[in-house]
Amino acid sequence: MSNIPEQLRYAASHEWVSVEGGIGTVGITDHAQQELSDVVYVDLPKVGAQAAAGAVIAVIESVKAASDIYAPVSGEITEINGSLTAKPELVNQDPYGAWLFRLKLSNPAELDALKDAAAYKAQVGG
Amino acid sequence: MTPSDALKKTPLFAAHQKLGARMVDFGGWLMPVQYTGIIDEHNAVREAAGVFDISHMGEFFLADATSGEVLNRLLTNDVAKLAVGQGQYTLMLNDKGGVIDDLIVYRTDKLEYLLIVNASKIDDDREWILNRGLGQATFKDSSDNMSALALQGPKALDIARAFLGAGWPEPKRNEITTYSWNCQEILAARTGYTGEDGIELFFPNEIAENFFLALLEAGKPFGLKPCGLGARDTLRLEAGLPLNGNDLSDKRTPLEAGLGFFVSLTKEAIFPGKEALLKQKSDGVKEKLVAFRLKDKGPPPRPHYHLFRGGEQVGEVTSGAPSPTLGCGIGLAYVRADCAEPGTQLDLEVRGARVPVEVVKKPIYKRQS
Repeated sequence: MSNIPEQLRYAASHEWVSVEGGIGTVGITDHAQQELSDVVYVDLPKVGAQAAAGAVIAVIESVKAASDIYAPVSGEITEINGSLTAKPELVNQDPYGAWLFRLKLSNPAELDALKDAAAYKAQVGG
Repeated sequence: MTPSDALKKTPLFAAHQKLGARMVDFGGWLMPVQYTGIIDEHNAVREAAGVFDISHMGEFFLADATSGEVLNRLLTNDVAKLAVGQGQYTLMLNDKGGVIDDLIVYRTDKLEYLLIVNASKIDDDREWILNRGLGQATFKDSSDNMSALALQGPKALDIARAFLGAGWPEPKRNEITTYSWNCQEILAARTGYTGEDGIELFFPNEIAENFFLALLEAGKPFGLKPCGLGARDTLRLEAGLPLNGNDLSDKRTPLEAGLGFFVSLTKEAIFPGKEALLKQKSDGVKEKLVAFRLKDKGPPPRPHYHLFRGGEQVGEVTSGAPSPTLGCGIGLAYVRADCAEPGTQLDLEVRGARVPVEVVKKPIYKRQS
Protein backbone atom coordinates (compact mmCIF):
# COMPACT_ATOMS: atom_id res chain seq x y z
CA MET A 1 0.00 0.00 0.00
CA SER A 2 1.66 3.22 -1.07
CA ASN A 3 1.04 6.84 -0.18
CA ILE A 4 -0.42 8.98 -3.02
CA PRO A 5 -1.01 12.61 -1.92
CA GLU A 6 -4.17 14.22 -3.37
CA GLN A 7 -2.64 17.59 -4.31
CA LEU A 8 0.08 16.29 -6.66
CA ARG A 9 0.11 15.41 -10.36
CA TYR A 10 1.68 12.14 -11.54
CA ALA A 11 3.41 10.80 -14.63
CA ALA A 12 2.78 7.20 -15.66
CA SER A 13 6.56 6.74 -15.26
CA HIS A 14 6.13 7.34 -11.48
CA GLU A 15 7.30 10.95 -11.06
CA TRP A 16 5.23 13.47 -9.10
CA VAL A 17 5.10 17.22 -9.70
CA SER A 18 3.71 20.12 -7.68
CA VAL A 19 3.45 23.58 -9.24
CA GLU A 20 3.61 26.97 -7.56
CA GLY A 21 4.08 30.28 -9.37
CA GLY A 22 5.10 28.61 -12.63
CA ILE A 23 7.81 26.53 -10.92
CA GLY A 24 7.41 22.75 -10.80
CA THR A 25 8.96 20.61 -8.07
CA VAL A 26 9.61 17.00 -9.13
CA GLY A 27 10.27 13.78 -7.25
CA ILE A 28 9.47 10.07 -7.47
CA THR A 29 6.43 8.45 -5.90
CA ASP A 30 6.25 6.27 -2.81
CA HIS A 31 5.35 3.36 -5.09
CA ALA A 32 8.50 4.00 -7.18
CA GLN A 33 10.82 4.17 -4.17
CA GLN A 34 9.33 0.92 -2.84
CA GLU A 35 9.95 -0.76 -6.19
CA LEU A 36 13.53 0.54 -6.39
CA SER A 37 14.28 -0.06 -2.68
CA ASP A 38 17.67 1.01 -1.20
CA VAL A 39 18.53 4.14 -3.23
CA VAL A 40 22.31 4.63 -3.15
CA TYR A 41 23.05 7.34 -5.72
CA VAL A 42 21.19 10.13 -7.49
CA ASP A 43 22.45 11.68 -10.73
CA LEU A 44 20.72 15.06 -11.09
CA PRO A 45 20.60 17.48 -14.05
CA LYS A 46 22.57 20.74 -14.09
CA VAL A 47 20.84 24.00 -13.24
CA GLY A 48 20.03 25.68 -16.54
CA ALA A 49 19.52 22.42 -18.43
CA GLN A 50 16.38 22.14 -20.57
CA ALA A 51 14.03 19.31 -19.63
CA ALA A 52 11.65 17.93 -22.28
CA ALA A 53 8.46 16.25 -21.09
CA GLY A 54 8.88 12.47 -21.28
CA ALA A 55 12.67 12.58 -21.81
CA VAL A 56 15.28 11.24 -19.39
CA ILE A 57 16.45 14.00 -17.06
CA ALA A 58 18.00 12.16 -14.07
CA VAL A 59 19.08 8.72 -12.92
CA ILE A 60 18.40 7.04 -9.58
CA GLU A 61 20.60 4.10 -8.63
CA SER A 62 19.44 1.41 -6.26
CA VAL A 63 21.59 -1.54 -5.18
CA LYS A 64 20.34 -3.61 -8.11
CA ALA A 65 20.16 -1.17 -11.02
CA ALA A 66 20.26 2.32 -12.50
CA SER A 67 16.78 3.65 -13.29
CA ASP A 68 15.97 6.54 -15.61
CA ILE A 69 13.86 9.41 -14.30
CA TYR A 70 11.72 11.26 -16.86
CA ALA A 71 10.74 14.91 -16.81
CA PRO A 72 6.96 15.02 -16.31
CA VAL A 73 6.82 18.49 -17.90
CA SER A 74 9.12 20.66 -20.03
CA GLY A 75 11.14 23.58 -18.74
CA GLU A 76 14.46 24.97 -17.56
CA ILE A 77 16.02 23.41 -14.43
CA THR A 78 16.19 26.15 -11.78
CA GLU A 79 17.31 24.19 -8.72
CA ILE A 80 18.45 20.72 -7.69
CA ASN A 81 18.18 19.06 -4.29
CA GLY A 82 21.85 18.91 -3.29
CA SER A 83 21.11 17.17 0.01
CA LEU A 84 20.50 13.95 -1.96
CA THR A 85 24.17 13.73 -2.93
CA ALA A 86 25.17 12.99 0.65
CA LYS A 87 21.90 11.30 1.66
CA PRO A 88 20.33 9.51 -1.33
CA GLU A 89 18.39 7.31 1.12
CA LEU A 90 16.09 10.30 1.76
CA VAL A 91 14.33 9.26 -1.45
CA ASN A 92 13.25 6.07 0.36
CA GLN A 93 12.55 7.69 3.69
CA ASP A 94 10.49 10.65 2.48
CA PRO A 95 9.70 10.41 -1.26
CA TYR A 96 7.41 13.47 -1.27
CA GLY A 97 9.84 15.57 0.77
CA ALA A 98 12.99 14.47 -1.05
CA TRP A 99 12.32 16.34 -4.29
CA LEU A 100 14.92 15.90 -7.07
CA PHE A 101 14.79 19.19 -9.02
CA ARG A 102 12.73 22.28 -9.76
CA LEU A 103 12.03 23.65 -13.20
CA LYS A 104 10.38 26.72 -14.77
CA LEU A 105 7.50 25.33 -16.79
CA SER A 106 7.75 26.27 -20.49
CA ASN A 107 4.36 24.77 -21.36
CA PRO A 108 2.01 24.62 -18.37
CA ALA A 109 -0.64 22.99 -20.60
CA GLU A 110 1.41 19.77 -20.32
CA LEU A 111 0.12 19.44 -16.77
CA ASP A 112 -3.27 18.46 -18.20
CA ALA A 113 -1.72 15.30 -19.64
CA LEU A 114 -0.59 14.13 -16.18
CA LYS A 115 -2.65 11.93 -13.88
CA ASP A 116 -4.42 13.06 -10.75
CA ALA A 117 -4.08 11.03 -7.54
CA ALA A 118 -7.10 8.82 -8.36
CA ALA A 119 -5.83 7.96 -11.85
CA TYR A 120 -2.32 7.22 -10.58
CA LYS A 121 -3.76 5.08 -7.82
CA ALA A 122 -5.70 3.11 -10.43
CA GLN A 123 -2.46 2.62 -12.38
CA VAL A 124 -0.42 1.22 -9.48
CA GLY A 125 -3.26 -0.70 -7.93
CA GLY A 126 -3.62 1.10 -4.67
CA MET B 1 11.19 -12.39 -19.58
CA THR B 2 9.36 -15.66 -19.00
CA PRO B 3 5.69 -15.23 -17.99
CA SER B 4 5.50 -15.78 -14.25
CA ASP B 5 3.20 -18.84 -14.43
CA ALA B 6 5.84 -20.60 -16.56
CA LEU B 7 8.55 -20.00 -13.97
CA LYS B 8 9.75 -22.82 -11.76
CA LYS B 9 9.19 -22.55 -8.03
CA THR B 10 11.20 -24.10 -5.21
CA PRO B 11 9.41 -26.03 -2.40
CA LEU B 12 9.96 -22.89 -0.27
CA PHE B 13 7.89 -20.60 -2.52
CA ALA B 14 4.91 -20.42 -0.15
CA ALA B 15 7.18 -19.79 2.83
CA HIS B 16 8.90 -16.90 0.97
CA GLN B 17 5.52 -15.33 0.24
CA LYS B 18 4.48 -15.60 3.88
CA LEU B 19 7.76 -13.95 4.89
CA GLY B 20 6.93 -11.02 2.60
CA ALA B 21 9.59 -11.68 -0.04
CA ARG B 22 9.63 -9.87 -3.35
CA MET B 23 9.91 -12.56 -6.01
CA VAL B 24 11.74 -12.18 -9.34
CA ASP B 25 12.62 -14.24 -12.39
CA PHE B 26 16.12 -15.62 -11.95
CA GLY B 27 17.19 -17.89 -14.80
CA GLY B 28 13.68 -19.30 -15.19
CA TRP B 29 13.06 -19.59 -11.43
CA LEU B 30 10.76 -17.46 -9.32
CA MET B 31 13.11 -16.58 -6.46
CA PRO B 32 13.14 -14.08 -3.55
CA VAL B 33 15.27 -11.04 -4.45
CA GLN B 34 14.71 -9.49 -1.01
CA TYR B 35 12.56 -9.64 2.12
CA THR B 36 13.25 -6.49 4.17
CA GLY B 37 15.86 -4.90 1.86
CA ILE B 38 19.11 -5.81 0.17
CA ILE B 39 21.37 -3.67 2.39
CA ASP B 40 19.65 -4.87 5.57
CA GLU B 41 20.05 -8.52 4.55
CA HIS B 42 23.63 -7.98 3.37
CA ASN B 43 24.52 -6.50 6.75
CA ALA B 44 22.83 -9.38 8.60
CA VAL B 45 25.19 -11.82 6.85
CA ARG B 46 28.27 -9.69 7.60
CA GLU B 47 27.30 -9.09 11.24
CA ALA B 48 25.29 -12.17 12.32
CA ALA B 49 23.82 -14.65 9.84
CA GLY B 50 21.51 -15.00 6.86
CA VAL B 51 19.83 -17.95 5.19
CA PHE B 52 19.32 -18.19 1.42
CA ASP B 53 17.07 -20.56 -0.53
CA ILE B 54 19.40 -22.23 -3.02
CA SER B 55 16.98 -25.05 -3.90
CA HIS B 56 17.07 -23.93 -7.53
CA MET B 57 20.64 -25.18 -7.83
CA GLY B 58 21.19 -28.61 -9.38
CA GLU B 59 22.37 -31.79 -7.66
CA PHE B 60 23.89 -34.62 -9.69
CA PHE B 61 25.18 -37.86 -8.17
CA LEU B 62 27.82 -39.92 -9.93
CA ALA B 63 28.71 -43.35 -8.59
CA ASP B 64 30.67 -46.48 -9.35
CA ALA B 65 34.31 -47.54 -9.24
CA THR B 66 35.22 -45.45 -12.28
CA SER B 67 33.41 -42.26 -11.22
CA GLY B 68 36.60 -40.52 -10.09
CA GLU B 69 38.33 -41.15 -13.39
CA VAL B 70 35.23 -40.07 -15.29
CA LEU B 71 35.10 -36.76 -13.40
CA ASN B 72 38.77 -36.16 -14.05
CA ARG B 73 38.07 -36.46 -17.76
CA LEU B 74 35.11 -34.04 -17.53
CA LEU B 75 36.19 -31.30 -15.11
CA THR B 76 39.26 -29.09 -14.59
CA ASN B 77 40.23 -29.78 -10.99
CA ASP B 78 41.78 -33.06 -9.83
CA VAL B 79 39.23 -35.17 -7.95
CA ALA B 80 42.00 -37.60 -6.97
CA LYS B 81 42.90 -34.97 -4.34
CA LEU B 82 39.57 -35.51 -2.57
CA ALA B 83 39.34 -37.76 0.45
CA VAL B 84 35.85 -39.02 1.34
CA GLY B 85 33.90 -36.07 2.75
CA GLN B 86 35.88 -33.37 0.96
CA GLY B 87 34.80 -30.98 -1.78
CA GLN B 88 36.44 -28.77 -4.39
CA TYR B 89 35.51 -25.94 -6.74
CA THR B 90 35.90 -26.97 -10.35
CA LEU B 91 34.86 -25.99 -13.88
CA MET B 92 33.23 -27.51 -16.93
CA LEU B 93 34.78 -26.17 -20.14
CA ASN B 94 34.18 -26.28 -23.88
CA ASP B 95 36.96 -27.36 -26.25
CA LYS B 96 38.22 -23.78 -26.53
CA GLY B 97 38.63 -23.56 -22.76
CA GLY B 98 35.54 -21.35 -22.35
CA VAL B 99 33.46 -21.84 -19.21
CA ILE B 100 30.19 -23.79 -19.52
CA ASP B 101 29.64 -23.89 -15.77
CA ASP B 102 31.40 -23.59 -12.45
CA LEU B 103 30.46 -26.10 -9.76
CA ILE B 104 31.45 -27.84 -6.57
CA VAL B 105 32.20 -31.56 -6.46
CA TYR B 106 31.95 -33.34 -3.11
CA ARG B 107 33.17 -36.87 -2.55
CA THR B 108 30.22 -38.09 -0.51
CA ASP B 109 31.41 -41.68 -0.35
CA LYS B 110 34.34 -43.81 -1.51
CA LEU B 111 32.68 -44.34 -4.87
CA GLU B 112 30.16 -41.51 -4.96
CA TYR B 113 30.40 -37.85 -5.90
CA LEU B 114 27.85 -35.04 -5.62
CA LEU B 115 27.99 -32.18 -8.14
CA ILE B 116 26.30 -28.86 -7.30
CA VAL B 117 25.64 -26.91 -10.52
CA ASN B 118 24.10 -23.55 -11.35
CA ALA B 119 20.29 -23.46 -11.65
CA SER B 120 20.18 -22.04 -15.17
CA LYS B 121 22.63 -24.70 -16.41
CA ILE B 122 21.06 -27.89 -14.98
CA ASP B 123 19.71 -29.15 -18.31
CA ASP B 124 22.78 -28.10 -20.33
CA ASP B 125 25.20 -29.61 -17.82
CA ARG B 126 23.27 -32.91 -17.61
CA GLU B 127 23.15 -33.27 -21.40
CA TRP B 128 26.80 -32.33 -21.67
CA ILE B 129 27.85 -34.93 -19.09
CA LEU B 130 25.67 -37.69 -20.55
CA ASN B 131 26.83 -36.94 -24.10
CA ARG B 132 30.46 -37.35 -23.09
CA GLY B 133 29.83 -40.93 -21.98
CA LEU B 134 30.14 -42.18 -18.45
CA GLY B 135 31.32 -45.75 -19.11
CA GLN B 136 30.35 -47.88 -16.11
CA ALA B 137 29.51 -44.95 -13.86
CA THR B 138 25.88 -44.31 -12.94
CA PHE B 139 24.41 -40.83 -13.10
CA LYS B 140 21.43 -39.47 -11.19
CA ASP B 141 19.97 -35.96 -11.49
CA SER B 142 18.35 -35.27 -8.09
CA SER B 143 17.71 -31.58 -8.78
CA ASP B 144 13.91 -31.98 -8.74
CA ASN B 145 13.91 -33.91 -5.46
CA MET B 146 16.37 -31.95 -3.35
CA SER B 147 16.11 -28.58 -1.67
CA ALA B 148 18.97 -26.56 -0.28
CA LEU B 149 19.71 -23.64 2.04
CA ALA B 150 22.87 -21.61 2.48
CA LEU B 151 23.35 -20.53 6.10
CA GLN B 152 26.06 -17.87 6.08
CA GLY B 153 27.68 -15.41 8.45
CA PRO B 154 29.83 -15.22 11.60
CA LYS B 155 26.99 -16.79 13.63
CA ALA B 156 26.18 -19.51 11.07
CA LEU B 157 28.05 -22.29 12.81
CA ASP B 158 26.56 -21.44 16.22
CA ILE B 159 23.11 -21.58 14.64
CA ALA B 160 23.79 -24.88 12.88
CA ARG B 161 25.00 -26.40 16.16
CA ALA B 162 21.97 -25.13 18.06
CA PHE B 163 19.62 -26.29 15.32
CA LEU B 164 21.08 -29.71 14.53
CA GLY B 165 22.14 -30.66 18.03
CA ALA B 166 25.17 -32.18 19.69
CA GLY B 167 25.28 -35.29 17.49
CA TRP B 168 25.84 -33.33 14.30
CA PRO B 169 29.20 -34.16 12.70
CA GLU B 170 30.49 -30.65 12.00
CA PRO B 171 32.28 -30.41 8.64
CA LYS B 172 35.55 -28.49 8.38
CA ARG B 173 36.16 -25.97 5.55
CA ASN B 174 35.12 -27.52 2.17
CA GLU B 175 33.98 -30.74 3.84
CA ILE B 176 30.56 -32.39 3.70
CA THR B 177 28.89 -34.64 6.27
CA THR B 178 25.70 -36.68 6.40
CA TYR B 179 23.23 -36.43 9.26
CA SER B 180 19.73 -37.50 10.14
CA TRP B 181 17.21 -34.75 10.92
CA ASN B 182 13.75 -35.97 11.97
CA CYS B 183 14.59 -39.35 10.39
CA GLN B 184 15.48 -37.71 7.05
CA GLU B 185 18.97 -37.74 5.61
CA ILE B 186 20.50 -34.32 5.15
CA LEU B 187 23.90 -33.22 3.86
CA ALA B 188 25.82 -30.30 5.33
CA ALA B 189 28.81 -28.72 3.56
CA ARG B 190 31.12 -26.05 4.96
CA THR B 191 30.96 -23.93 1.82
CA GLY B 192 29.30 -20.75 0.63
CA TYR B 193 29.22 -17.79 -1.71
CA THR B 194 29.38 -14.80 0.63
CA GLY B 195 32.95 -14.56 1.92
CA GLU B 196 31.72 -15.59 5.37
CA ASP B 197 31.97 -18.89 7.18
CA GLY B 198 28.86 -20.99 6.77
CA ILE B 199 27.07 -24.18 5.92
CA GLU B 200 25.16 -25.28 2.86
CA LEU B 201 22.41 -27.78 3.68
CA PHE B 202 20.86 -30.24 1.21
CA PHE B 203 17.69 -32.15 2.08
CA PRO B 204 14.58 -33.81 0.53
CA ASN B 205 11.80 -31.56 -0.83
CA GLU B 206 9.26 -33.25 1.49
CA ILE B 207 10.76 -31.64 4.59
CA ALA B 208 11.84 -28.37 2.95
CA GLU B 209 9.32 -25.97 4.46
CA ASN B 210 9.49 -27.46 7.96
CA PHE B 211 13.27 -27.50 7.83
CA PHE B 212 13.46 -23.86 6.66
CA LEU B 213 10.99 -22.56 9.25
CA ALA B 214 12.62 -24.55 12.07
CA LEU B 215 16.05 -23.21 11.10
CA LEU B 216 14.74 -19.62 11.04
CA GLU B 217 13.24 -20.15 14.49
CA ALA B 218 16.46 -21.68 15.88
CA GLY B 219 18.47 -18.79 14.42
CA LYS B 220 16.27 -16.00 15.76
CA PRO B 221 18.23 -15.51 19.02
CA PHE B 222 21.42 -15.20 16.92
CA GLY B 223 19.98 -12.53 14.60
CA LEU B 224 19.39 -14.86 11.63
CA LYS B 225 17.46 -13.32 8.72
CA PRO B 226 16.08 -14.80 5.52
CA CYS B 227 18.04 -13.26 2.64
CA GLY B 228 17.34 -12.94 -1.06
CA LEU B 229 19.35 -13.06 -4.25
CA GLY B 230 19.99 -9.30 -4.11
CA ALA B 231 22.14 -9.62 -0.99
CA ARG B 232 23.66 -12.85 -2.28
CA ASP B 233 24.95 -10.88 -5.28
CA THR B 234 26.45 -7.97 -3.31
CA LEU B 235 28.02 -10.40 -0.82
CA ARG B 236 29.66 -12.56 -3.45
CA LEU B 237 30.87 -9.47 -5.30
CA GLU B 238 32.56 -8.07 -2.17
CA ALA B 239 34.15 -11.51 -1.76
CA GLY B 240 35.41 -11.28 -5.36
CA LEU B 241 33.61 -14.50 -6.35
CA PRO B 242 32.60 -14.80 -10.02
CA LEU B 243 29.03 -15.37 -11.22
CA ASN B 244 28.57 -17.59 -14.26
CA GLY B 245 26.80 -15.64 -17.00
CA ASN B 246 28.33 -12.35 -15.79
CA ASP B 247 32.00 -12.89 -15.02
CA LEU B 248 32.31 -16.35 -16.54
CA SER B 249 31.15 -17.25 -20.03
CA ASP B 250 31.85 -19.66 -22.86
CA LYS B 251 34.14 -16.97 -24.34
CA ARG B 252 36.32 -16.62 -21.23
CA THR B 253 38.73 -19.21 -19.84
CA PRO B 254 39.44 -19.93 -16.16
CA LEU B 255 42.97 -18.61 -16.69
CA GLU B 256 41.58 -15.23 -17.79
CA ALA B 257 39.12 -15.35 -14.86
CA GLY B 258 41.94 -15.88 -12.36
CA LEU B 259 40.74 -19.40 -11.53
CA GLY B 260 43.93 -21.24 -12.52
CA PHE B 261 44.15 -22.69 -9.01
CA PHE B 262 41.10 -24.82 -9.81
CA VAL B 263 42.50 -26.15 -13.09
CA SER B 264 44.91 -29.05 -12.97
CA LEU B 265 47.00 -28.95 -16.13
CA THR B 266 49.36 -31.49 -14.60
CA LYS B 267 46.86 -34.33 -14.02
CA GLU B 268 47.05 -37.14 -16.54
CA ALA B 269 43.41 -37.05 -17.63
CA ILE B 270 42.56 -34.99 -20.70
CA PHE B 271 39.47 -32.83 -20.13
CA PRO B 272 37.71 -30.56 -22.64
CA GLY B 273 39.62 -27.32 -23.01
CA LYS B 274 42.88 -28.66 -21.54
CA GLU B 275 44.81 -28.27 -24.78
CA ALA B 276 43.51 -24.72 -25.29
CA LEU B 277 44.47 -23.78 -21.73
CA LEU B 278 48.00 -25.22 -22.10
CA LYS B 279 48.43 -23.08 -25.20
CA GLN B 280 46.98 -20.00 -23.52
CA LYS B 281 49.26 -20.54 -20.55
CA SER B 282 52.37 -20.66 -22.72
CA ASP B 283 51.24 -17.73 -24.93
CA GLY B 284 50.24 -15.60 -21.94
CA VAL B 285 46.80 -14.34 -20.98
CA LYS B 286 45.84 -11.11 -22.79
CA GLU B 287 42.97 -10.04 -20.57
CA LYS B 288 42.31 -10.73 -16.90
CA LEU B 289 39.32 -10.54 -14.60
CA VAL B 290 40.17 -8.00 -11.91
CA ALA B 291 38.40 -6.46 -8.96
CA PHE B 292 38.18 -2.68 -8.69
CA ARG B 293 36.63 -0.03 -6.49
CA LEU B 294 35.75 3.62 -6.84
CA LYS B 295 38.20 6.06 -5.30
CA ASP B 296 35.40 8.30 -3.99
CA LYS B 297 31.68 8.20 -3.49
CA GLY B 298 30.08 8.05 -6.89
CA PRO B 299 27.78 6.14 -9.20
CA PRO B 300 28.11 2.35 -8.83
CA PRO B 301 29.64 0.37 -11.71
CA ARG B 302 27.28 -1.83 -13.73
CA PRO B 303 27.87 -4.66 -16.21
CA HIS B 304 29.06 -3.49 -19.68
CA TYR B 305 30.41 -0.13 -18.48
CA HIS B 306 33.82 0.58 -20.01
CA LEU B 307 37.16 1.17 -18.29
CA PHE B 308 39.76 3.55 -19.66
CA ARG B 309 43.41 4.38 -19.12
CA GLY B 310 43.87 7.88 -20.47
CA GLY B 311 41.97 7.99 -23.76
CA GLU B 312 42.24 4.28 -24.39
CA GLN B 313 39.56 1.72 -23.55
CA VAL B 314 41.24 -1.13 -21.65
CA GLY B 315 38.38 -3.13 -20.19
CA GLU B 316 34.71 -3.88 -19.63
CA VAL B 317 32.80 -4.41 -16.40
CA THR B 318 31.09 -7.80 -15.93
CA SER B 319 29.65 -7.28 -12.41
CA GLY B 320 29.16 -4.09 -10.44
CA ALA B 321 27.21 -2.76 -7.49
CA PRO B 322 27.42 -0.42 -4.54
CA SER B 323 29.25 -2.23 -1.72
CA PRO B 324 27.13 -2.01 1.45
CA THR B 325 30.14 -2.94 3.61
CA LEU B 326 32.69 -0.57 2.03
CA GLY B 327 30.29 2.26 1.15
CA CYS B 328 31.58 2.71 -2.41
CA GLY B 329 31.02 1.22 -5.85
CA ILE B 330 32.86 -2.04 -6.59
CA GLY B 331 33.07 -4.38 -9.54
CA LEU B 332 34.73 -7.10 -11.54
CA ALA B 333 36.01 -6.38 -15.04
CA TYR B 334 38.09 -7.94 -17.77
CA VAL B 335 41.00 -5.60 -18.43
CA ARG B 336 44.11 -5.73 -20.59
CA ALA B 337 46.82 -7.75 -18.81
CA ASP B 338 49.06 -4.67 -18.47
CA CYS B 339 46.29 -2.94 -16.46
CA ALA B 340 45.56 -5.84 -14.12
CA GLU B 341 48.03 -5.17 -11.28
CA PRO B 342 46.42 -4.09 -7.99
CA GLY B 343 47.01 -0.38 -7.55
CA THR B 344 46.48 0.44 -11.25
CA GLN B 345 44.46 3.66 -11.64
CA LEU B 346 41.74 3.55 -14.28
CA ASP B 347 38.66 5.55 -15.24
CA LEU B 348 35.15 4.13 -15.33
CA GLU B 349 32.79 5.64 -17.90
CA VAL B 350 29.34 6.30 -16.43
CA ARG B 351 26.77 8.05 -18.61
CA GLY B 352 29.48 9.92 -20.51
CA ALA B 353 31.41 11.03 -17.41
CA ARG B 354 34.69 9.56 -16.11
CA VAL B 355 34.98 8.30 -12.54
CA PRO B 356 38.39 7.29 -11.08
CA VAL B 357 38.73 3.68 -9.93
CA GLU B 358 41.56 1.53 -8.62
CA VAL B 359 42.30 -2.10 -9.37
CA VAL B 360 42.37 -3.99 -6.04
CA LYS B 361 43.21 -7.49 -4.84
CA LYS B 362 40.47 -10.11 -4.52
CA PRO B 363 38.59 -10.44 -2.25
CA ILE B 364 37.52 -6.79 -2.30
CA TYR B 365 36.28 -7.19 1.28
CA LYS B 366 37.74 -9.63 3.77
CA ARG B 367 36.70 -10.12 7.38
CA GLN B 368 39.38 -8.94 9.81
CA SER B 369 39.62 -11.83 12.23
